[in-house]
Amino acid sequence: MTDTAHARIQDLVKNNAVVLFMKGTPLFPQCGFSSRAVAILERIGAPYESVDVLQDQEIRQGIKSFSDWPTIPQLYVKGEFLGGSDIMMEMYEAGELQQLLAPQDASSAG
Amino acid sequence: MAMPADEIELLIRAGLPDAQVRITDLAGDGNHYAAHVVSESFRGMNRLAQQRAVYATLGERMGNELHALQLTTAVPN
Repeated sequence: MTDTAHARIQDLVKNNAVVLFMKGTPLFPQCGFSSRAVAILERIGAPYESVDVLQDQEIRQGIKSFSDWPTIPQLYVKGEFLGGSDIMMEMYEAGELQQLLAPQDASSAG
Repeated sequence: MAMPADEIELLIRAGLPDAQVRITDLAGDGNHYAAHVVSESFRGMNRLAQQRAVYATLGERMGNELHALQLTTAVPN
């Protein structure tokens, strides 16, 4: 079961530049940490894909071993695990997250 | 399930003996904490590695008894 879960997570993080694994949805986050993660991404205005782990027990368990990280939310950018909401907040406050999520296309309006 | 603040502090100190640990009970319910951990052993680690080091001291409790821990880490000045 873990193998399938890991394969599915691998697909998700490979096929989406920015993926937030969270409890609930961006509109209705089901935990304060997920809510904070969504708020940061919305503030930056970068497009992202979200996965509600409460709707998917396999991913809910699998993501912890996949990332070797015990908590949710978890943010992946370009296939790489960045961290949870505390790291997102620290990176946001340092201006690093904005930079990382900035559109690569120079012609897009800021 | 809840976990007392001093137990969290003891576990972190057991794993990171030099650490300065500051625990704040965010909601006053023994269930939502913030921990600020400062340790020389974090030097040279990125944030992810620093937080992993703290999570390692908490083991299986993290995400179980202890489900809401806001965590910040730093190297001493």
